[in-house]
Amino acid sequence: MADVIKGATRDAYGAALKQLGTRDDILVLDADLAKATKTITFKKEFPEKFIDCGIAEGNMMGVAAGLATTGYTVFASSFAMFAAGRAFEQVRNSIAYPNLNVKIGATHAGISVGEDGASHQCCEDIALMRSIPNMVIINPADDVEAIAAVHAAVDHEGPVYMRFGRLAVPRVNCEDYKFELGKGVLLKDGKDVTIVATGLMVNEALIAAETLKAEGIDARVINIHTIKPIDKDILVTAAKETGAIVTAEEHSIIGGLGSAVSEALSEEYPVPVVKLGVNDTFGKSGPALELLKIFGLDAENIVAKAKKAIELKNKLA
Amino acid sequence: MEDIKKLQLKKTAIEVRKGIIEGTFNAKSGHPGGSLSIADIMTYLYFSEMNVDPNKPDCENRDRLVLSKGHTAPALYAALALKGFFPVELIKTLRKPDSILQGHPSMRYTPGVDMSTGSLGQGISAACGMALGAKLKGKDFRVYVPLGDGEIEEGQVWEAAMFAGNRKLDNLCAIVDYNNLQIDGSLEEVNSPYPIKEKFEAFGWNVVEICGHCFSQIEEAFEAAKACKGKPTCIVAKTVKGKGVSFMEDKCDWHGSAPNAEQYAQAMAELDEAMKSLEV
Repeated sequence: MADVIKGATRDAYGAALKQLGTRDDILVLDADLAKATKTITFKKEFPEKFIDCGIAEGNMMGVAAGLATTGYTVFASSFAMFAAGRAFEQVRNSIAYPNLNVKIGATHAGISVGEDGASHQCCEDIALMRSIPNMVIINPADDVEAIAAVHAAVDHEGPVYMRFGRLAVPRVNCEDYKFELGKGVLLKDGKDVTIVATGLMVNEALIAAETLKAEGIDARVINIHTIKPIDKDILVTAAKETGAIVTAEEHSIIGGLGSAVSEALSEEYPVPVVKLGVNDTFGKSGPALELLKIFGLDAENIVAKAKKAIELKNKLA
Repeated sequence: MEDIKKLQLKKTAIEVRKGIIEGTFNAKSGHPGGSLSIADIMTYLYFSEMNVDPNKPDCENRDRLVLSKGHTAPALYAALALKGFFPVELIKTLRKPDSILQGHPSMRYTPGVDMSTGSLGQGISAACGMALGAKLKGKDFRVYVPLGDGEIEEGQVWEAAMFAGNRKLDNLCAIVDYNNLQIDGSLEEVNSPYPIKEKFEAFGWNVVEICGHCFSQIEEAFEAAKACKGKPTCIVAKTVKGKGVSFMEDKCDWHGSAPNAEQYAQAMAELDEAMKSLEV
């Protein structure tokens, strides 16, 4: 595995914005975090289309909304904690309620922020954004998917929340990957259990499937990059064909992918859903990779949860 | 200001006030106090100041109004209806399930509403975005944003004020409806935002202080705002909450309660009387 290509999705965000910069209708806003969110990549090429709103995220979201009413496609960028957390109500009332064309680029999501600690490790953003009508949520698994997601967000009319990470993560998609908004991606077929993963947990899911295979368990792996609207069809098919689901996300087990999958299946085709995520707790400081281990966000724990899901399935059979 | 223009504006303002009473009475809820205090300014904006066409509510070059003090939607709706954006008759449907008139302004429901507002402090940020959009596109439309004096207790107002001052958004004009009353009492009793003038000046704004019920002063203020280059303008308009309906004037209890049938009749009679006095 020495030749694994790694990239941070926040870097991909900056790169994708730069690709879009030649369009007349694109503006990029930031709240004094351009170097961290990587909107600086855009700013360097298109300074006249970059607006730094300073450390005032609520105002930035409102300014983005106002600009959108004049015909611009506006990217508003900050850390997930401030974009979804601090500015939640501005996103709800000024952007989503009037259904304006604002794309929220939220970087530094999850535990993998690392040393900055709990105040900056937002594990609640998907839950918050999922509760807002009109909002589309994309949580890409790698840099290739992140670039594709930004382009898909622009093609979609209305608000989109894009969740990016600070940490360089292994690339799971090939260069010619075709991204379809709202469609789950079947990465590996299997019949015993389905691992539904999002973001950096997709790579861990693929590793877990290999481990399970060695133990004679045939796991299906699905990447859910669009958490809202969620691809019910791929989930229901997986429930019918494998009868057991594990969800894996770098987000609270409350309100994120696990909740979305549970909600979708409980109404359509109930099967055991075992969730792996941040277990209703705050993060802490440390190196990102160590923290992911400490908080159990790894292949090893996906394997354990998969076995638990299969056990539940067998009990119910 | 010519006498004939002033007379016409005064008459229209009475019609706007009747619309406010009609709407809140039929809705059995809403915010008449702050709607009546901003009524003269809304009248001036829609019937003298703003470049808007009721037949082209989405025209790209139109002036915009963001009612940041969104709870005073009845004043906005009455002005829009009288201007011809939708039938005056619809005012009676305010706040009802099938109405185009939501309790707080929604740009997706109502022709002529330029931004959805209601959560205090947010409108001025959107107005900043619109004004910046005009600058970036090389358009010369202006953006007007009425704020409540209680509303400026919201921190976001000052984030926006800082942004507008720093960006020199001279196509942006805020109007503070300075009636000195909010839900829980007078501004000093609750959480004083005073002095208003000095605060906006400190944020890089041109500030004009006027009586918000005097059309010649209102006109001068908006002319001064247009003449001021390189700075946004804030018009601090001293007003009376509930203005024009005797029993509602200067009473914070009328912030968010609707008149009953008897009060409705009295309010309408007073406004009709005021109209009559202008016609002699």
